[in-house]
Amino acid sequence: MSAVTTPQPTVGQRLAGFGRTLISPRGAVFLLLIVLLIAITLLNPSFAEPSQFIRFVQRVAPVAIVAIGQYFVIVGGEFDLSMGSVVTAQVVIAGNLIGQDESKSLPVLLLMLVFGAVIGLINGLIVTMLKVPSFIVTLGMMLALLGAILYWTGGAATGNPADGFREIGRGGIRDLPVIDILPWSVVVLVVVLALAIWFGRRPFGRTIIALGDNPTTARYSGTRNWWVKTSTFIISSLSATVAGVLLVGYAGVHPSVGRGYEFTAITAVVLGGVVLGGGRGWVVAAAAGAFALEALFTLLNFAGVPSTYRDAVQGAIIILAVAYSATTLRARRKGRALEAPTPQISPDPSSDPATQTSPAPAEEQDAAASARPAPIPSTQRADNETKGGS
Amino acid sequence: MRRRYTVASAMVGALALIALAGCTTDPNVAAPSEDAGATEEAVEWFDQELYDKQYAERSVVPEGPEGQPWLQYINAEMTDTSAYASTGAKKACFANASISNPWRTTGWITMNQQLKVLQDAGVISEMETRDAQDSDDTQIADIDYFIEEGGCDIFLISPNSTAAMTPAVERACDTGKPVVVFDRGVQTDCPVTFVHPIGGFAWGIDTAEFLIEELEPGSKVVALRVLPGVDVLEQRWAAAEKLFGENDIEAVDYFTGADPAEIKKIISDELAKGDVDGIWMDAGDGAVAAIEAFEDAGVDYPVMTGEDEMSFLRKWKETGLTGLAPVYSNFQWRTPLLAAQKIFAGEEIPKEWVLPQSPITAEEVDQYLEANEGMPDGHYAKFGGEDLPGYPQVWQDRIIP
Repeated sequence: MSAVTTPQPTVGQRLAGFGRTLISPRGAVFLLLIVLLIAITLLNPSFAEPSQFIRFVQRVAPVAIVAIGQYFVIVGGEFDLSMGSVVTAQVVIAGNLIGQDESKSLPVLLLMLVFGAVIGLINGLIVTMLKVPSFIVTLGMMLALLGAILYWTGGAATGNPADGFREIGRGGIRDLPVIDILPWSVVVLVVVLALAIWFGRRPFGRTIIALGDNPTTARYSGTRNWWVKTSTFIISSLSATVAGVLLVGYAGVHPSVGRGYEFTAITAVVLGGVVLGGGRGWVVAAAAGAFALEALFTLLNFAGVPSTYRDAVQGAIIILAVAYSATTLRARRKGRALEAPTPQISPDPSSDPATQTSPAPAEEQDAAASARPAPIPSTQRADNETKGGS
Repeated sequence: MRRRYTVASAMVGALALIALAGCTTDPNVAAPSEDAGATEEAVEWFDQELYDKQYAERSVVPEGPEGQPWLQYINAEMTDTSAYASTGAKKACFANASISNPWRTTGWITMNQQLKVLQDAGVISEMETRDAQDSDDTQIADIDYFIEEGGCDIFLISPNSTAAMTPAVERACDTGKPVVVFDRGVQTDCPVTFVHPIGGFAWGIDTAEFLIEELEPGSKVVALRVLPGVDVLEQRWAAAEKLFGENDIEAVDYFTGADPAEIKKIISDELAKGDVDGIWMDAGDGAVAAIEAFEDAGVDYPVMTGEDEMSFLRKWKETGLTGLAPVYSNFQWRTPLLAAQKIFAGEEIPKEWVLPQSPITAEEVDQYLEANEGMPDGHYAKFGGEDLPGYPQVWQDRIIP
């Protein structure tokens, strides 16, 4: 903190800085989101009304929460492909166990959380203890869960759970001024995001990023790698559980709820500028990635793009957005900083490559500066990887 | 370093593609489509001849035993099966496309209960089943396995897709053993019989005519479609789209993957754009989510067509909306085994066994709700297994054999 004693920047400088952040890889997702929201509003002005917009946020909440969970796994250097089927499993559990008996809501909710944590623990332990790549472990978990759901339900859910339980995902605080309704989903999303930001700034959260960046260094610096990594899987499964609770309210019970969520979440995280392979990323940008994806979906709905090639349009935009953030990132790391005209010394810590890891301002810079003097360790890590070391 | 980013970019691209595939490919319904047929003859699902045939079949009174629609047939041309007449219990081999959606699981349960009856009667000794899990390749391998080493007396085939499965079905015919195809068809007439309800065009005609009658000209209908490329589903839409176009109904269609979350988002967006007067669905899965989207937005219920799935019938009754439940006769799953019985008895059967297919109307909905009380939401009202052993427990518990 104390490092930043430079003179207060003027409004112009601030705006310029904001603009630079927007076209930087980390800001690209926000730029995309703003562009999409403006485009939607132009097509359908009523979208910008607070009561409509809050409904949009409500609908994004489950995806955003899954993306937040996936962020921790990815930034720690792994993947969790089982998230979608955890969502499905939780939705089916809620439907089958709660049924129409509202008094079972709380016990079943606790059971779901335990179930989620156990799935994450299993994933994590197999990855860390048996050294199986997470891609395979979680893929296997995905299939195992989907199979178990099919076996249990016989391909058809028994029915939606009690309305009281569904209220979490479907209802909210009504009759409010301006926004009309504050959906519980939005409240849950805000709480989850706040927790994620807070957690990311705690030493444990930093350790996850350090582990994703360079596991060897992390181990030498005294990290219990297995536990840190396992905990990221537990976080992701728990976030999938929360998303499941919201979705069972929003949509109802169906074996297809949650399908494809793992990839939507990974796409959102990557769109948010998080580097696959770990070590770099910002959880808020990951959540923004989820918003951008849903905004894109809504835009195509409003634009009336024919259903037959809507997916192609959607895919092309996603690829372009991700390619943009990848190329700007690469350009910067080569020294041709696209967004920083003064690459050598920048008072704004957010434009310093070393602080890519986190949104935390100056204190982050201090920590990063002492831990990693230059981009050199990353280069070494790349060498390690190609030799199959560590 | 550079390589790392190249790899990362490649992975991202791949993941984005998989993500999209994940959103659109529906393991729940049927097949990865008939690519072969589709690409060869520029995708045109509308077929005037077939449309006219099915249009007419809707009003034909079916022949066959009263009260047993699974044995009834429409405009049948009978075929002689005396060449296959044989005594003793026979082994049936069933190549199933999948049981990956509620409609197929319901039918599969019914089929197994029918099997028990025929086993007790000494007609069928056993039925060996291979589930292709929605894969053409797997099903071809399954059929070839049955031909080579199945020791089968009769082949029952529910094809995964039309064009891809044709050669395998022909190979099965070449064994000289009887072959029964049901549900989706194949492009050969070598099977002894092809069992199916009237078809997709009839569904589209029934539903579109209902919406056109209930709505004012110029009304807007949102069409929720499960996925592209499956002939039975495409034909439903092709017929409906034609009729909407001719009768001044504005229809927009979406692919939903039958995912209720997706359906709800689509309807919410459409409601944000403007009024929605009608909902058309090519399969009733997820109908409840569509109705709930209207509730959440606080607007009047639409005129709606779903399917004979219990979840829709229940919500229909509960909300009192103006609706129709088209039916893709689930009881057809009984017919192939009963056809086998007739074939081994040497009785003549229809060459193309067109089963009756009639929607459930507002007047009939109470009757079907009552008859299927206690059934799960994914159960289909016209499953036709009321006289089979295990009713209703087996369907209520949804025990998958």
